[in-house]
Amino acid sequence: MTQKLVIIGNGMAPGRMLEHLFETDPNAYEVTIFNAEPRVNYNRLNLSYVLAGEKTYEDIITHSDDWYAEHGITLHKGAKVSQIERDAKTVTSENGITASYDKLVIATGSSPFIIPVPGHELPGVMVYRDLDDVEKMMEVSKGKGKAVVIGGGLLGLEAAAGLKEQGMDVTVLHLMPTLMERQLDPAAAYLLERAIEQRGIKVMTKANTHAILGVDKVEAVKLDDGTILDADIVVMAVGIRPSTQLAKEIGLDVGRGILVDDVMRTSDPDIYALGECVEHRNMVYGLVAPLYEMGKVLADHLTGGAAEYAGSVTNTKLKVSGINLFSGGDFAEGDDREEIVLRDAVAGVYKRLILKDNRIIGIVLYGETSDGAWFFDMLKKGTDISEMRETLIFGQAYQGGSPLDPTAAVAALPDDADICDCNGVCKSQIVDAIKGKGLTTFDEVKAHTKASNSCGTCAGLVQQVMQLTLGDAFNADAITPMCGCTDLGHNEVRHLIVTKGLKSIPAVMQELEWKTSCGCAKCRPALNYYLVCDFPDEYADDYQSRFINERVHANIQKDGTYSVVPRMWGGVTSSDELRAIADVVDKFKIPTVKVTGGQRIDMLGIKKEDLPYVWADLGKAGFVSGHAYAKGLRTVKTCVGTDWCRFGTQDSTGLGIKLEKFMWGSWTPAKVKLAVSGCPRNCAEATCKDIGVVCVDSGYEIHFAGAAGLEIKGTEVLCRVKTEEEAMEYIVALTQMYREQAHYLERIYKWAKRIGYDEIRKAIVDDAAKRAAYYDRFVFSQKFAQVDPWSERVSGKDKHEFNPMATVGFPQAAE
Amino acid sequence: MEWFEIGHIDDIPLRGARCVMTPQGKIAIFRTADNEVHAIEDMCPHKKGPLSQGIVHDASVTCPLHNWVISLETGQARGADEGSVKTFPLRVENGMIFMLLGEEALVAAE
Repeated sequence: MTQKLVIIGNGMAPGRMLEHLFETDPNAYEVTIFNAEPRVNYNRLNLSYVLAGEKTYEDIITHSDDWYAEHGITLHKGAKVSQIERDAKTVTSENGITASYDKLVIATGSSPFIIPVPGHELPGVMVYRDLDDVEKMMEVSKGKGKAVVIGGGLLGLEAAAGLKEQGMDVTVLHLMPTLMERQLDPAAAYLLERAIEQRGIKVMTKANTHAILGVDKVEAVKLDDGTILDADIVVMAVGIRPSTQLAKEIGLDVGRGILVDDVMRTSDPDIYALGECVEHRNMVYGLVAPLYEMGKVLADHLTGGAAEYAGSVTNTKLKVSGINLFSGGDFAEGDDREEIVLRDAVAGVYKRLILKDNRIIGIVLYGETSDGAWFFDMLKKGTDISEMRETLIFGQAYQGGSPLDPTAAVAALPDDADICDCNGVCKSQIVDAIKGKGLTTFDEVKAHTKASNSCGTCAGLVQQVMQLTLGDAFNADAITPMCGCTDLGHNEVRHLIVTKGLKSIPAVMQELEWKTSCGCAKCRPALNYYLVCDFPDEYADDYQSRFINERVHANIQKDGTYSVVPRMWGGVTSSDELRAIADVVDKFKIPTVKVTGGQRIDMLGIKKEDLPYVWADLGKAGFVSGHAYAKGLRTVKTCVGTDWCRFGTQDSTGLGIKLEKFMWGSWTPAKVKLAVSGCPRNCAEATCKDIGVVCVDSGYEIHFAGAAGLEIKGTEVLCRVKTEEEAMEYIVALTQMYREQAHYLERIYKWAKRIGYDEIRKAIVDDAAKRAAYYDRFVFSQKFAQVDPWSERVSGKDKHEFNPMATVGFPQAAE
Repeated sequence: MEWFEIGHIDDIPLRGARCVMTPQGKIAIFRTADNEVHAIEDMCPHKKGPLSQGIVHDASVTCPLHNWVISLETGQARGADEGSVKTFPLRVENGMIFMLLGEEALVAAE
């Protein structure tokens, strides 16, 4: 006897289920479908093409009216089911249609999640889910106006691209630091963000929507940081939640979704559920492949088969034309896992395979995704890839080839790209000289082209150009790589960051073809410094790439407590300051107070949780951070100079304070300590500092490149100047030159020795224009650097750093 | 054994860590660049450095005191160093993180 099968919902999951069902046994069931949408079944995945104007509704229909007729299906369009009688086995729709069932399938799908910010109910706020939404968007946009899309995930980006195609001015807001963070690693997300922005869509990450503004309709979106973005429409695409209302009302077991077993059966044996509304083995799916797999299992079960659904491994593709990305499986790293990374900076390609026990377990592909399906197939099948491991990443069609070329990044530079900035030598000049004059050694190239003849930071690049031009005929001295993540040395990386205008860590790693996806504790702090230094206004400091001391603005001690050193300008203090310090020491029971070598007071043994409170109290007394933890300007040590000393020749204390007030807050490759002595007796010990001043009767003698640590080295004399203003200018310019050229963690004395003392004198003393330019760049960067990090944290910044996330498991908490 | 809710994944910065206080001591909860979470004892096997304060890269953390690299998945020291820390199972549901604390923890609390 034919049984009655009633389906609630007419999406892609039940559509596919029915196809399988009719294939197996066309006469097993008499099928009735209730569809809340007034339509036949269409392919929701292709909505973005409709929005982009590349397809019409008719193009994306999967089952036409004829198909329903052919299979004898009764389809109630625009009929939303409002009641289910489980005892009587009937369903009734809002518009009064009742049908009885033997088996019922709930496929109510999901609904978009609306963030309940103020203004979310204003006209013009919409979601992106079904054809009605798309039609509404196309109606409102009509090719003009401003759209703000909230959510930088799959749906949000597709909506944004569609609206842009319609001619709107589009901004995407994303809460997380990188787009599609659930599907992509940061490297691929960087490429994606770049591609999205190249289409003229503005992307704002770490953007938290505060409110939607408007009177009768949407007018603007306000972010937490106060930014206001004008908007004619706002599209929310932040996620979906399973539609479980109906199932809940009739008392089925519901978790996040309707709970089903491995044959898609709910807690009522005659009611099944499938698609986005279900929860199976703790998983809720929002992608099409799992829905199809569920449909297949349910069709088999309903026709007496024994198929079981064991959950799905999913993959993602972004459906924005011109952007190719693919991700699937598990792409977290771990030490039982290995990764193969292929980056091609020129082509904008990033491929990463994650392997475990010689099997692929995760895939991220960007730019070139044609092998996605092949990789994914091996992932699902658990294919052993050890045989093809060496060539796996090149894809299925790979027929043999050469290993990756470490000089590729240099090869990709255009002919007119400057290789040596000091002497203005571009790539083609070097290539021409090598070819024209038959040069074979680095020294010859230096002599003929003047490239790398001054500061020397481009030596590695010049050698790579030689390598490219001469091939095996050239054997460069090996460049010491920054770390295991790259073949490039510090010089090359610093140079390429500037030449190529790379303004984020993912950008550097992609364009310079890093061998790891996320760098390491060696390269990340270095890259972060280089970017802070080179793009002070544009680069967003990445705190997670800083050492703990710079992250929490205090010095970690061996027992995990911290020490705090307030700034005492030029080493001068007062009774009020000392009293405030004494009070803080008492209040927080600080175990040790110590005077430092740089004329400051150090409080040691402070618990991390207490830091913001300690700073709050110190701040009230006028103290700011002493940066005793920073690769940055530390202290300016002074003697009392002409104020008190009978030998003093100049106001050394005053100059020290001026220097410190001018230079505090600046980040440098390694720590920088200064001193100003009022006479050649040199009580401030200026001649073993990074930069020192020894005052003399006729003016100021400026010293640099001293060391009194691991090595002991007296300073070199830079020059003598007459006035305080000149002394300031020379010292600041020298510091900036060091900031721009040194390797991360390289102290001034090592940098100076590497590039030559005379080079420094030439740039800072002999060349007034260069000195002024260095000075100006330092002043510019200080605009962004001189913020007291302590008061910022007292006002709540990075609160998470100082408090435990939770306290659990103790008797009272365990209740 | 018992699962404890310890907070939302977004409470932890990407490539960062937060601490949870338990009767077994401080446990560090890490969130990697790939949005995976891991829980390990907040104490380096070398000189007891607070691992939660280290730089997170891949599924590893570099100890802030002497640069030992500890695997977040296995708790083992990587590279040439030898030693290990305890790991704790985590489960994430809708972004909420739950941690499984062993009986010894609960017994110790009584």
